[in-house]
Amino acid sequence: MTQHVLAWLDERLDISGLRAFIAEKTVPRHRHSVWYYMGGITLFLLGVQVASGILLLLYYRPSAAEAYESVQFIVSQVEFGWLIRNVHSWSANLLILMAFVHLFSTFFLRAYRKPRELTWITGVLLLFIMMGFGFSGYLLPWNELAFFATKVGTGIAGAVPVVGDFMVRFLRGGDEVTGATLTRFYGIHVAILPAITTVLIGVHLLLIQRQGMSVPPSVEKRAKAGEKIPQEPFFPNYVLHDVMWWYVALAVLAALALFLPWELGRKADAFAAVPAGIRPEWYFLAMFQTLKLIPSHIFGLEGEMLGVMGFNVAALFLLLVPFIDRKAAAGAPSRIVTATGILAVIYLIVFTIYGYFAA
Amino acid sequence: MVKRRTFLDSLLGIGFVSTALSVFYPVLRFVIPPANAEPATDSIIAGKISEFKNNSGALVKFGTKPAILVRTSDGDFKAFTAVCTHLECTVQYKPETSQIWCACHNGLYDLAGNVVSGPPPRPLEAFTVNLRGEPGQEDVVISRT
Repeated sequence: MTQHVLAWLDERLDISGLRAFIAEKTVPRHRHSVWYYMGGITLFLLGVQVASGILLLLYYRPSAAEAYESVQFIVSQVEFGWLIRNVHSWSANLLILMAFVHLFSTFFLRAYRKPRELTWITGVLLLFIMMGFGFSGYLLPWNELAFFATKVGTGIAGAVPVVGDFMVRFLRGGDEVTGATLTRFYGIHVAILPAITTVLIGVHLLLIQRQGMSVPPSVEKRAKAGEKIPQEPFFPNYVLHDVMWWYVALAVLAALALFLPWELGRKADAFAAVPAGIRPEWYFLAMFQTLKLIPSHIFGLEGEMLGVMGFNVAALFLLLVPFIDRKAAAGAPSRIVTATGILAVIYLIVFTIYGYFAA
Repeated sequence: MVKRRTFLDSLLGIGFVSTALSVFYPVLRFVIPPANAEPATDSIIAGKISEFKNNSGALVKFGTKPAILVRTSDGDFKAFTAVCTHLECTVQYKPETSQIWCACHNGLYDLAGNVVSGPPPRPLEAFTVNLRGEPGQEDVVISRT
């Protein structure tokens, strides 16, 4: 029976070709192979986000009058609602953390060099999109902290020269953060960003399948010198290793969701004073803290504007790394690129911790 | 004697199945809506007595469902659920015949809620109407009996 169904499908879809591809596919093994799994964990967490997000949609109501109450309803009345919400919130944070780990590991292993520039670019864009997910999702419970964090966050867009005011209005759906902002963020969070993500992830994964895993320049040099790099079959060996890492991620996620419930706080009130200790999600803290430290005016220019422009330039550099680092394509790791990467990691870690305790 | 490979394979299989079960059980419970999705309403104030003319009917919100408040030609108040017992259409008052009428399939009820004609299988659920407050300024209160 199964044979019959498979033969029927094979005739139409050429499954045997795909099976042959999977059967022959191998993944290189070397001392840096462990970093290959970081992308897999990120993908797994994205799957968790999609599934738990769809579940939350069953009860969530995107309006200023009902959003907070509906989340309260989910966590207090719906069976396992607390679990689904905690999983969604924690998984979001782990996803961004793993995306950063994945980004920096591919950066230091020079995986972006020719011919994988497009994989890098789609990956960096996905990281930005994930941060957009985080920012838009943070507002949806419509609680006090999220309300003011969104006010500050969208306000920063106003520092961009020329288009700043337009961007603030565009993001907020008006001049202020109101119910209109909530509806807008909801649409961005559940429709626009998922649509873009689907396309980018599709291209990202297709490129990885098509081009195979990148090996670091040091390993590539050995291979060119005639040394044989050990390979492991993609299926089932590599896939099972991947799944093992997914289990690790699932265990961490379950522990966090069970023992550290995500707070809901108080309902947003536009006329209340900003609560003390307000700060954005941790992945925006480094930027937040930097903006706080920049003097209000530098050489007659607005400090905040310079800061925001600086972040934009940094983002552009990150996106264009494959074209800036010409040496990597030739197989020669550049010291400047490595040093810049290390400095970036140190800056992000130090300023995130600093921002956490300074707030 | 079970082969080592078979044993390990089944162990792996059991692991996967248990993971799937421990994920799907909470998900299944989550998608089933809780019983008390909306708080039950027992009593509402429909309005002031002066708002309702003799031989007229009004639809009012009673919790999540509509109720029909009828003031008869004699000035008495009657209230029923406004949900037709046939296919849950909302009924209306017909002043010409002093009956409650469902426009969907031409169901007719009398002012005791009983079916006069048409497809409805059961009478309309009746509510109690009380008048509360100063004479002439009373609130019309509808409550579940």
